[in-house]
Amino acid sequence: MEIQELQKIASQVRRDIVRMVNQATCGHPGASLGCTDFFTALYFKVLDHNPKFNMEGKGEDMFFLSNGHISPVWYSVLARSGYFPVSELATFRKLDSRLQGHPATHEGLPGVRVASGSLGQGMSVAIGVALAKKLDGDDKLVYCLTGDGELQEGQNWEAMMFAAHNKVDNLIVTVDWNGQQIDGSNEDVLSLGDLPGKWATFGWEVLHMNGNDMADVLKVLAAAKAATGKGKPVCILMKTDMGHGVDFMSGTHKWHGKAPNDEQTEVALAQLEETLGDF
Amino acid sequence: MESYGKKATRNGYGDAMLELGRQNPNVVALCADLVGSLKIQGFIDEFPERFIQVGVAEANMMGIAAGLATAGKIPFTGTFANFSTGRVYDQIRQSIAYSHKNVKICASHAGISLGEDGATHQIMEDIAMMKALPGMVVINPCDYEQTKQATLAIAEHHGPVYLRFGRPGWPMFITGEHKFEIGKALQLSEGSDVSIFATGHLVWKAIEAAKQLETEGISCEVINIHTIKPLDEEAILDSVSKTRCVVTAEEHQILGGLGGSIAQLLARKMPTPIEFVGMNDKFGESGTTADLLAKYGMDTPNVIEAVKTVLKRKS
Repeated sequence: MEIQELQKIASQVRRDIVRMVNQATCGHPGASLGCTDFFTALYFKVLDHNPKFNMEGKGEDMFFLSNGHISPVWYSVLARSGYFPVSELATFRKLDSRLQGHPATHEGLPGVRVASGSLGQGMSVAIGVALAKKLDGDDKLVYCLTGDGELQEGQNWEAMMFAAHNKVDNLIVTVDWNGQQIDGSNEDVLSLGDLPGKWATFGWEVLHMNGNDMADVLKVLAAAKAATGKGKPVCILMKTDMGHGVDFMSGTHKWHGKAPNDEQTEVALAQLEETLGDF
Repeated sequence: MESYGKKATRNGYGDAMLELGRQNPNVVALCADLVGSLKIQGFIDEFPERFIQVGVAEANMMGIAAGLATAGKIPFTGTFANFSTGRVYDQIRQSIAYSHKNVKICASHAGISLGEDGATHQIMEDIAMMKALPGMVVINPCDYEQTKQATLAIAEHHGPVYLRFGRPGWPMFITGEHKFEIGKALQLSEGSDVSIFATGHLVWKAIEAAKQLETEGISCEVINIHTIKPLDEEAILDSVSKTRCVVTAEEHQILGGLGGSIAQLLARKMPTPIEFVGMNDKFGESGTTADLLAKYGMDTPNVIEAVKTVLKRKS
């Protein structure tokens, strides 16, 4: 798939995010918009996956979302790639929906393999799946996305130590390094310090990505894939602009967990081309 | 019912794991730096590729187990009961219970009977935490043989299970003839005056108490509730409809344990006088197993006293 086609999909995904969060009157648009290019590249170009969902995912690449609050972008991409009807996006955060505020397996939503939302747990789960793939002789890859504020949870560092020690080299963990969290910037709340240095010291292969440049997203994901199978787990530090694609949401933590009202939604949608048809 | 020797319940876990390794290629063992305590060296020697040493990192262990289960493996996590529950409650809640993962959380050194390590390690609240999780099966076997049987049985059950056992050498009295079935109470003696529902190590104390009470002309029905959740309501109500009074016995806080589950059942379906033998809202301390059980009220005389107390309230 060409970059331009991926960008068209990304534009629709951003519209979906804004509309879902607006209709639910709550949710997390900021990092969802920031990670849209990454998710679009992953599901429409990079992953070898089957939308006829199978929990065990044998013979498939598998993706795990650790920072579950950015569920809108994941739901949109799952629906748009055929896991469930696009119309179901209208049920986000409503009663009797499979699209819970944070992703869950409990209602049987295709594409989701473990609940996430309480932060810091996804990488461990992804490691478990990666180990199972090795036991089964399955050479497909396991991908995981975490937030940056989320790395303040200690469990991540247990997981990082484990993956390097055990040479879990069929795992690609991407960090959404937007520098923001609920109470402000990472720097103000709790500095992550030398993040590239920390991952490298923990024994990971570290790559850098501009997460809002589709060409760079594709290039670095390809490089990450090429770096697997070499005895080290792979980390991509993905710089993103929180709220990317909507000018008034861009670059601030203020839209981390806040829904736009109807008027703001109109302004946002005017900046995002409808390319595949709204849900 | 007589004892035929002593062995720790954790040995039952270790021996069963070796059997499971041979029976089921999907069984994977995890451990957080406590291989010797969990008695799983036999499994590791025979199936090194299916053993995962996570180090002192229990939260990561629970997540890895959830991942293994996602991909179709049957992971058994092993560490002390304290670090299997309280330390990792949120990991269990989200990644395992809510996500309905087929993870077996196997917890040694439960209760005060672990002894000299003291209250930091003597968790007496784990049953309460685990039984509160929707869909979690909670099992506390009473001796070596039952722990072995339970370990084998949970591999066949699809879904999350909490299996709790202990450190000290303990009388063995369950035999191959006592078949373990998840959720099925095991009647150990028939009686007409009082029902004693016991779980874990205190089943033996209940048996000892019943023997002494028989000599005083009090007929006790001792029922082993190895599965605290799901509770065998039918067996409990059958016994209580005959005896009309109850003592519960467990090595756990009274608040939130087996006794609470039985009291809730009886309050709804068959209001009955009941006394609770267990830890009464305290932390433990260092000491020998025997001294601690005696000091904190979980010994044979405490069961006897509870029976006599409850009999006075029987209508």
